[in-house]
Amino acid sequence: MSRTPSGAGSPGAAPSKLDTVEHAAATPDIEQPWAELGLKKDEYERVREVLGRRPTGAELAMYSVMWSEHCSYKSSKKHLRQFGEKAPHSDALLVGIGENAGVVDIGQGYAVTFKVESHNHPSYVEPYQGAATGVGGIVRDIIAMGARPVAVVDPLRFGAADHPDTKRVLPGVVAGIGGYGNCLGLPNIGGETVFDACYQGNPLVNAGAIGVMRHDDIHLAKASGAGNKVILYGARTGGDGIGGASILASETFDDAKPSKRPAVQVGDPFQEKLLIECTLEAFAEKLVVGMQDLGAAGLSCATSELASNGSGGMRVTLDDVPLRDSTLSPEEILMSESQERMCAVVEPEKVARFLEICDKWDVIATVIGEVTDGDRLEIYWHGEKIVDVDARTVAHEGPVYDRPYRRPQWQDALQADDANALPRAADSAELRAQVLKLVASPNQASKAWITSQYDHFVQGNTVLAQPEDSGMLRVDEETGLGIALATDGNGRYTKLDPYTGAQLALAEAYRNVATTGARPLAVSDCLNFGSPEDPAVMWQFTEAIRGLADACQVLGTPVTGGNVSLYNQTGEAAIHPTPVIAVLGVIDDVARRTPSAFAEEGHQLYLLGETAEEFGGSAWSQVVHDHLGGLPPKVDLERERLLADVLIAASRDGMIAAAHDLSDGGLIQAVTESCLRGGRGARLVVPAGLSASTFLFSESAGRAVVAVPRSEEARFTGMCGARGLPAARIGVVDGDAVEVQGEFSLPLSELRDAYEATIPGLLA
Amino acid sequence: MTVRPSATATDGSAGRPNVRIGVVTFPGSLDDRDTQRAIRLAGAEPVPLWHKDRSLGQVDAVVLPGGFSYGDYLRAGSISRFSPVMGTVVERAREGMPVLGICNGFQVLTEAHLLPGAMLGNEHLHFICRDQKLRVENAGTAWTTDYEAGQEIHIPLKNMDGRYVADERTLDMLEAEGRVVFRYAGDDDSTGYPPTEQASPNGSLRRIAGICNAEGNVVGLMPHPEHATDPLVGTGRTDGLPFFTSILRTFVEGAAA
Repeated sequence: MSRTPSGAGSPGAAPSKLDTVEHAAATPDIEQPWAELGLKKDEYERVREVLGRRPTGAELAMYSVMWSEHCSYKSSKKHLRQFGEKAPHSDALLVGIGENAGVVDIGQGYAVTFKVESHNHPSYVEPYQGAATGVGGIVRDIIAMGARPVAVVDPLRFGAADHPDTKRVLPGVVAGIGGYGNCLGLPNIGGETVFDACYQGNPLVNAGAIGVMRHDDIHLAKASGAGNKVILYGARTGGDGIGGASILASETFDDAKPSKRPAVQVGDPFQEKLLIECTLEAFAEKLVVGMQDLGAAGLSCATSELASNGSGGMRVTLDDVPLRDSTLSPEEILMSESQERMCAVVEPEKVARFLEICDKWDVIATVIGEVTDGDRLEIYWHGEKIVDVDARTVAHEGPVYDRPYRRPQWQDALQADDANALPRAADSAELRAQVLKLVASPNQASKAWITSQYDHFVQGNTVLAQPEDSGMLRVDEETGLGIALATDGNGRYTKLDPYTGAQLALAEAYRNVATTGARPLAVSDCLNFGSPEDPAVMWQFTEAIRGLADACQVLGTPVTGGNVSLYNQTGEAAIHPTPVIAVLGVIDDVARRTPSAFAEEGHQLYLLGETAEEFGGSAWSQVVHDHLGGLPPKVDLERERLLADVLIAASRDGMIAAAHDLSDGGLIQAVTESCLRGGRGARLVVPAGLSASTFLFSESAGRAVVAVPRSEEARFTGMCGARGLPAARIGVVDGDAVEVQGEFSLPLSELRDAYEATIPGLLA
Repeated sequence: MTVRPSATATDGSAGRPNVRIGVVTFPGSLDDRDTQRAIRLAGAEPVPLWHKDRSLGQVDAVVLPGGFSYGDYLRAGSISRFSPVMGTVVERAREGMPVLGICNGFQVLTEAHLLPGAMLGNEHLHFICRDQKLRVENAGTAWTTDYEAGQEIHIPLKNMDGRYVADERTLDMLEAEGRVVFRYAGDDDSTGYPPTEQASPNGSLRRIAGICNAEGNVVGLMPHPEHATDPLVGTGRTDGLPFFTSILRTFVEGAAA
């Protein structure tokens, strides 16, 4: 490759000369590659204004990554404030938005932290490592809070199931999630897999993790107390994951050096497992003042955030950072996103013990700096000062944009294209064929091929895992206290109406938690959208946030934190707006959980809630008519609350043997899944006033199907009546077929073949 | 076989020996705590052992748990086998101390040459996690006396490198000496993987899921009995509990005799 002559285009001056603070002050006019690093002209000017001089190369590197959309939330910040402003009062929230992850009180002295993050773009470029490091990153967020990670979940979106590239991306993503999570010893208890052509070229790989701790063990990411030591521990720092910095690498160094480093990081789950154990041991011995994981923006982020959250001052000697590659420049060291690294702030007299614990676990740990008085973050290299900034300006005072947003013109036409007008099955034979086609469609079919690549059992506390409505874990072996987590999102609904679609995602996750018998407590979100520079996308984004914040208020479940992923688009075509919502619930005794399997003959089937003709965005409209139009199902949040109350009470008092939420695919999908899981058939009767198609396929929200033992029937229907929840008896668990009286009968074996063959057929 | 309890302090209240079972933690061990729980549920006392310690303390038996020791980047179990604790485990195993290797522990036992054969990557090249049906072939080992020969049980299987291989002579010897302890039985789980040549979930030769040494004190298997000991979690079955009650009985009856 040819190299530009020294000077122009390099972050500092000639490569031989270190760009120190002093040098930067003396050479204000040197051209700097701010545009290549992703800064806008006015952002670069702002940096100069903040510093009162031009930034050094190292400072430019830090500002460019920390002021990126990914780290600064500059397009979304303005709107995300609603989650705080509209937050319902909740005694359960111990730590709110802004920390590595929110913390929720689940009683008996236990606290839970949970979060979902996106790793979309890396997973498209390199599916295995992209997905694997997504798991690694979210797990480090959890341990930085002082919690032991106890489970992971993986909400995934891919392009069309039969597209050749899906066969490249999906198996790699699944193997990466499994490879990393299995090796960490974390059960994978939930998630989703959705296919839609809109995600072609933009798969969504969201990774969620849950951690449990005692109240006393909550730790926040801050550095305070002058003289306290800053310890970097974990993996050595390498040249991997220097995203926007590839330009730095290619313009600062000699021809002999590799110029392009992979922008996707490479994960080492074994190293992370050691990090978990030694971090928790250090926490247990109360050795830690502050803790931060190294994720996006690596050391730039960890040092500036720790300092900014604390008293502000920190001095770091970059030469002390253990390296994999001794030729790395200080800019690269600051920007490297090498995985499996953590940063701890430790009082001087506790440093020796901290290092001893790291040594026990064979983890490399190095003191790289200390907390200082004042508000300056100073970084030294070869004895010279290369960074001298106010940490807050890097970490928390980045640009904030109020991007224009506008309801797109096509929205009206999309909503006018009413799915309820689509032709229904003409006769019973066609209806039967539609059911088979639905349950065999990639989105509705069994995902066992995927989930069987994940360990569900490790840690020995998994009470429920996919394909149950929510994953459930036992937290306390003595009392049976447990937690449940569900993640949901429906891009089709959200495309039709972003406000309602986001609320439906929340309602479904909330319902899924309640269906298993747990009480929903708190929400986390992962908001996946297209480019914020497109006013139509920005409108979808603002509407979705407004919908979510409003709904959280009604449901009484605060948002504890979240993640935003923008720019999910190829050219002009954005993905469906896809807010993925995670709801955490608590259950007093996991022995009371409600499974989804219809396991006993004679149990009476009740449909809870009301069914209307609602096909907009439905699986039926997609599978049978390849159609997306009209309005999504209506949301009634008070009804969702009531349904949840009934499901939780029924679980606690042992009134129901099984329950399954109704969502995409409608009643017939839920009944099919519960029958196949329990190995029992069901006889169903279409209620008066409903067409068979509406009964089977409509996706009205606020519904669940439950199996009630005869002995509990009177008590259960009495409770529904007293509380005003519609409950219609629609059939009985019986035989070895799913039979809709007067319409058709489908033997379980035929349903099972249809349901289970699709995914292996496409991917195996 | 005879197993002599080495350190059977009596539990005052019940008057029965307090059986102590060590569980080794290697860096990267994952099911160590779960194994300790299973031992407790069976009524014995779990004793955590650390890979860097040569001493096994006063334990009567040792379990090498599942996981990915040292990341298993080279070959599963190949590094753990050289850890200080394994030197003592091998020594004591040769003297007759019962040793159970589960999953990664089984891999370590083959690497340490306490058991013959080796483990390769699953034939379908995927990690596999499912509830697996097994047939008990030998109910006479230190770890299987509470089963009956021919009994079918369900034990969770979860591994990447679970394909048992050995040369024909070794396989014939194992069969002839009754040292195949468990065999994969049937394929009643719908994970969507194509049935493998030998109708085992990972391509193991002769559907071998677990084996023992000639003396019957060292047993290794790929499935995880510790995850089938509590009806509330995992698959909801307790088919794995007899592993731990068997070893308890071995010592209780040994002490009584």
